[in-house]
Amino acid sequence: MASEATAGSRALKDWEPVIGLEVHAQLLTRSKIFCSCPTAFGAPPNTQVCPVCLGLPGALPALNRGAVEMAIKAGKAFGCEIAERSVWARKNYFYPDLPKGFQISQYELPICKGGAVPVPQPDGTVRKVALTRIHLEEDAGKNVHATNGSLVDLNRSGVPLVEIVGEPELRSAEEASEYLKSLRLALIYLGINDGNLEEGSFRCDANVSVRRRGTKKFGTRVELKNINSFRFVRQAIDHEIERQVAAYERGEKVAQETRLFDNEKGETRPMRSKEEANDYRYFPEPDLPPLIVSREWVAKVGVPKLPHERISELTLAGVPAADARTITADPRLVELHAQIALAAGRDSAKRAANVVTGEVARLVNEGALDLASARFQPRQIAELFRLQDEGTLSSTAAKEVLAELLQSGKPPAQIVQEKGLAQVSDESALEAVVDGVIARSPSEVAKYKSGKKNLLGFFVGQAMKELKGKGNPGVLNALFKKRLD
Amino acid sequence: MNASLLPLGELSRALDRGEARPSALLDECLARIAKLDAKVHAFLRLTETEARAAAGAADDRRARKAPLSPLDGVPVGLKDLFCQEGVETTAGSRILKGYVPPYDATVVRKLREAGAVLLGKLNMDEFAMGSSTENSAYGPTRNPWDLERTPGGSSGGSAAAVAARFVPGTLGTDTGGSIRQPAALVGCVGMKPTYGRVSRYGVVAFASSLDQVGPFAQDVRGVALLLRAIAGHDANDQTSSLRPVPDYDATLDKPVRGLTIGVPKEYFGEGLDPEVEAKVRSGIDALKREGCTVKPISLPNSPHAIATYYLVATAEASSNLARYDGIRYGYRAPARGSLLDLYEQTRAAGFGAEVKRRILLGTYALSAGYYDAYYLRAQKVRALIRRDFDEAFGSGVDAVVSPTSPWAAFRLGEKVDDPLAMYLNDIYTVPVNLAGLPGISVPSGFTGTGLPIGMQLIGKPFDEETLLRLARAAERALAAPQKLPPLVRT
Repeated sequence: MASEATAGSRALKDWEPVIGLEVHAQLLTRSKIFCSCPTAFGAPPNTQVCPVCLGLPGALPALNRGAVEMAIKAGKAFGCEIAERSVWARKNYFYPDLPKGFQISQYELPICKGGAVPVPQPDGTVRKVALTRIHLEEDAGKNVHATNGSLVDLNRSGVPLVEIVGEPELRSAEEASEYLKSLRLALIYLGINDGNLEEGSFRCDANVSVRRRGTKKFGTRVELKNINSFRFVRQAIDHEIERQVAAYERGEKVAQETRLFDNEKGETRPMRSKEEANDYRYFPEPDLPPLIVSREWVAKVGVPKLPHERISELTLAGVPAADARTITADPRLVELHAQIALAAGRDSAKRAANVVTGEVARLVNEGALDLASARFQPRQIAELFRLQDEGTLSSTAAKEVLAELLQSGKPPAQIVQEKGLAQVSDESALEAVVDGVIARSPSEVAKYKSGKKNLLGFFVGQAMKELKGKGNPGVLNALFKKRLD
Repeated sequence: MNASLLPLGELSRALDRGEARPSALLDECLARIAKLDAKVHAFLRLTETEARAAAGAADDRRARKAPLSPLDGVPVGLKDLFCQEGVETTAGSRILKGYVPPYDATVVRKLREAGAVLLGKLNMDEFAMGSSTENSAYGPTRNPWDLERTPGGSSGGSAAAVAARFVPGTLGTDTGGSIRQPAALVGCVGMKPTYGRVSRYGVVAFASSLDQVGPFAQDVRGVALLLRAIAGHDANDQTSSLRPVPDYDATLDKPVRGLTIGVPKEYFGEGLDPEVEAKVRSGIDALKREGCTVKPISLPNSPHAIATYYLVATAEASSNLARYDGIRYGYRAPARGSLLDLYEQTRAAGFGAEVKRRILLGTYALSAGYYDAYYLRAQKVRALIRRDFDEAFGSGVDAVVSPTSPWAAFRLGEKVDDPLAMYLNDIYTVPVNLAGLPGISVPSGFTGTGLPIGMQLIGKPFDEETLLRLARAAERALAAPQKLPPLVRT
């Protein structure tokens, strides 16, 4: 392993990796792209099918415009040129999970061209990674390999996909991973993809080549498939970079081929070579007219803010950059933060961020809190702030109330009452205690009066002890000063 | 009265007047089929039980004077590529033997809704590829006028069934002439509507940009009634048109005086049988007598139509037929070994020779490095062929007239070993599909040996109304006595 690492670092000194990613993202439409079958994941095999997505003789595709709308949304969000006229094409190949023997996709004229994915950087800047295109297509079914043969589940057949093709602008596995994370999060923000790599609703292929640093010409490109986690993206690309550099340094050539990532061995192996590659015989799909997207339609499609825009909004509102990144990593946290800040009023962004990135994030990460089914209301947290500001709650007590309210959704005032956490701020209620402490501590009083002002903490502490911690420290401070100064 | 001998248009009126009863009509049809279809082989299977139930229900509606449509109670046969729920549908292929679709094609649903009595599935060239019905995996259909001869194809069963008076009306499909050519060869009326006029949903596809569903009947009125029943937009077929469907029957007898008929010189050249030409010219004269102006025109790119067609149609077919892989339905070879072995053996044994030939041609035309030279170029020529027609219509022509087929019915086996000669059957019909226009074949007399001859009329896009009026005028002017094939007379 050590020698590999050395080889790797030497490799990167002399060789520059060139990486472009192709992402297939399932669109969150309720029904499939060319029929009305549901798209829900996890149904019993072959229960969400009809003549169209089974590819039965005579069946024809009928376009779901909801899928088009989501592609438009992605195109607008990434600043693509959205084609007024794009054309469906058939990609022909034989495979059991492809019931028609072709996939309906877009080829020469995709719905979106150009554009870029914003990738927020730790220093607060935003890197734009250029896109080649985004096109719409249908997903295939799934082959399920059983002990006594292979079975085919066509529930996934016809689920809408966008294929998002990035330009080869990435120069390391780390950059590729960051790009992929940013893209995934952006699609989640747009509400068009659930970003689930494990279930395969967000899938990535990587095109990797290397070239000697300083040269312009690209090396031979290898396509990596079957990468289904962010960790594997880095592993697969790193392994492939090293493999290619090693080949070149041995004086060998790198073959243009498709390789499969084996996540158990952490390496790539050949799937098919260029010679064996399918000739997909693309041609315009005669069963569907060209897709016409009017400018009015494009104008009507709303685009929510993307993560990098949220980050700059939050930092402008006074939220520290690190907190802003934590919040924006999860659109539910963004939403929660916004609602708390709205209910709590001006200048509460930072305070709301503390709650969201602190207690809320902690509970969510521990699995103790599920925001989708949580019972608390964001305005209850604003209410908690108010109780604290009024002096009803100490900061320690406020934490306790917060933990309880996030779990139970009980109003903070009720929690304060039930737990007896209310802070005593009423001067008349505190005067007797203050007087008692002064009466019991003549020597400390004398020292204080002779100038040892830091004994004030001692007096307040004594009073707190007597009040079982519920005295308002500010009021106690003021009362002692009034008596002793 | 022998209601089953009446042409569909007249039969519909007889039913309206209560002079015929659906069940009795069905019995007559079934009796004639039982007696004669062993010789003709038009039907691949009958759906007698279902038909009797449908006829019984039509009897009740007709008795109550509450028919669903002019077709209520009319027996109709279907080419065996229309999916009918629960009824085996093979497209004439071994690869779909035993395949039972779980849904109705849109046109099948529409016929049911019109009250038509669906009584069976009709023979055809495998996947509609052919012009003689000899490419059926289930044996050829014979021409009722001469049992040694072909009824044409690919909708040969649909044409023969009408000519033999097995059924007053049938549906077929026409990709390059597969309705019009057999209609001509058996002496009935057959129409290919404008591309997009009739839904293709549930119709086993051959070439998606060319396939169109259309009717056969003994008279133009019958074709008009069937077309009205099946035409119209279908959300399940996005190439179907949103244009409203006119009442073709209502305008059928409107005079054609003042309409201009274009006669393209390219359609009367070399290869046309002189006897066929003479009868078509007499058909044109008949239209003149009805008051039409006849105008010589040129469609200069039509001679390229066959070459263009065999690139476009085969390219689409190579893709459309990819789904027959033995995995999900239909025939599967008992292959052991790899997935590729299963595909190869299933398709080798499941498809006939002509289908394989066209899949190979189409695959080649779409292959990397050949696409531009073949498929793309063919699409460009296709646009030129369409433009020729547009220019003719733009110059004041209301319809174009030509022979339907260069010759009358040929003998079984005569052209089966010569694909190129077979392809020339469609020389006058193929340009119409490439241009997406409506075309109709009407009987225009007989050869000296008593074989039917057909005349083709080609109309403007979505102007089936004028086309049917002209066809009706020709029918009227030719005043052809309703001659029965010798077979039926016995």
